[in-house]
Amino acid sequence: MLLYIIKRLLLIIPIILAVTIIIFTIMNFVPGDPATISMGGERITPEQLEVLRENMGLNKPFFERLSTYLYNVFFHLDFGVSYTTGSPVGPELLVRFWTTFRIAIAGIILTVLIGVPLGIRAAIRANTVEDRVSMFLTLLGYSMPPFWLALLLVLLFSLTLGWFPSYGSTSFMHYVLPTVCVAIGGIAGLARQTRSSMLEVIRSDYVTTAKSKGLTENKVVYGHALPNALIPIITVIGSQFGRLIGGVVVVESVFSIRGLSVYLLNGINTRDYPVVQGSLIVISFLFAVVMLIADMFYTYSDPRIKARYARIKKSGDKNAKAAG
Amino acid sequence: MQKRRVERIDKSKRPGSLPYIWKKISKNPGAMAGLILLCLFIVMSFVSPYFMKSYSEVDMRDRFATPSWEHPFGCDEIGRDIMSRVFYGARYTLSIGVGAVFLAATVGIFLGAIAGYSGGIVDSVLMRLMDILQSIPGLVSSIAVVTALGPGLINCIIAIGISYMPQFARLIRANILGIRGSEFIEAATIINCSTGRIIFKHLIPNSISPIIVQISLMIAQAGLTASTLSFLGLGVKEPMPEWGSMIAGARNYIRDFPHMVIIPGIFIMLTVLSLNLLGDAIRDALDPKLKD
Repeated sequence: MLLYIIKRLLLIIPIILAVTIIIFTIMNFVPGDPATISMGGERITPEQLEVLRENMGLNKPFFERLSTYLYNVFFHLDFGVSYTTGSPVGPELLVRFWTTFRIAIAGIILTVLIGVPLGIRAAIRANTVEDRVSMFLTLLGYSMPPFWLALLLVLLFSLTLGWFPSYGSTSFMHYVLPTVCVAIGGIAGLARQTRSSMLEVIRSDYVTTAKSKGLTENKVVYGHALPNALIPIITVIGSQFGRLIGGVVVVESVFSIRGLSVYLLNGINTRDYPVVQGSLIVISFLFAVVMLIADMFYTYSDPRIKARYARIKKSGDKNAKAAG
Repeated sequence: MQKRRVERIDKSKRPGSLPYIWKKISKNPGAMAGLILLCLFIVMSFVSPYFMKSYSEVDMRDRFATPSWEHPFGCDEIGRDIMSRVFYGARYTLSIGVGAVFLAATVGIFLGAIAGYSGGIVDSVLMRLMDILQSIPGLVSSIAVVTALGPGLINCIIAIGISYMPQFARLIRANILGIRGSEFIEAATIINCSTGRIIFKHLIPNSISPIIVQISLMIAQAGLTASTLSFLGLGVKEPMPEWGSMIAGARNYIRDFPHMVIIPGIFIMLTVLSLNLLGDAIRDALDPKLKD
């Protein structure tokens, strides 16, 4: 198990490296000259511009700039200097990373805590009114644009009822609406997947056996059916994360939370490319970390993967190579 | 006798055939409702400009008009009729959704088929590339591409298409790996079929059905992403009445004139919901295994 975790952790490095290269390359094609942008509206002579370009290293060939950037990012966590504010991007990214991370993790926890039980209940009561209503509601939630939902929540809970603040990120109350908003799409997707994968399992022979032994419904559902339905469910949790990160981007913008995505969007609007690059890379890193956590749960719930790595511990080097 | 029986088999009973899919959809009330609604949106989008006010006609006397008989959906901050804007705007969400998914499917199928058929180093390189693309969350990679290309309808399609491509590539590759060793492929190789012919005439048509399911489910998501990009100011821009950008423009007035935010959102939701219902029905028709 430990070996698997280490292997999976090491795998993040090449992923982030590749993502950084891709994003740097994409940003290289962005129209507009960084030197001109960094001067804002100020007028400068072409000679001054040339000096500035030289100082910013823009005259160097693409691969040299790329390797310098990679070296700085990976060894010094230095993401360059913002064109508009002139301050380094790295520390700002770190602070904002935690804000975004909090919303994402809270959203995931809420998604799992509500989505899975909802799906299980719908599967047990399959084809009843309750099932149909909850499935229609989840479909509705799945089809709702997250930014619209966020605005509706603001309208109802902040502007009309006044229960929660509508913007900012200073207290616990500030996180309630964004988290709910981020989670709704995931809850809907997860509940639907849980239902269909539970339904598949409920029909199998061992569940019938368990029932005919006279076990209580709870024991049948949580002891026999759920563990076997868990693998596709966890796969979906993983795929919902991508959606959830997209939701975080939008929600931060609606609630004016000083997270990564607001930084990213501001960067795009002011054409501040070190900021854009940095935020894109850190958001991808966040995604990779979250996917890693999902993978851990996946391994934990699938005895086949666990067994494969347990075997390595017992026998020697030879098998490890074959399995790895 | 035997031959006549074969001829008589109703086409609509052969799983996977178009008449079969249609029969399944027409029996599903949700999917039919979705289909009718979508057709209605498309027709209204192209017909409404002929008998309603233009989506760009400004009338300052009607600023922030709330819904009334004259303006059933009210007016926006510069007095443009929201109803004609919303009807006109259906074309953006739908065309970006459909366009992006077809772009993603075409390129994805092409790359996935090449990877699956050739195997070896080509397969590894292509698939690792797809891994990297997939390790950036969908919306975020669309944002990156749109930043580079600039906002606009076509760029939006390209950006969303790129982020959806890996899923199609993976799907078709997995299917092709499954049937690559089959006898009919062996037979095609023996009679000296060219590689292109084997891929396009034999491998792809035989692994297309999960792709169709995926396409029908992804269009809804792509439409949602399109309106999200426009909401963030990176997609279709004002004065074009894209639903997402209409909401973005109206969000500052949400306290006093919530109808400006609520109505376009309802249309986004109905569109995505219809596409989802339709997609679910197509999935059930093509993949009986998944049906509950």
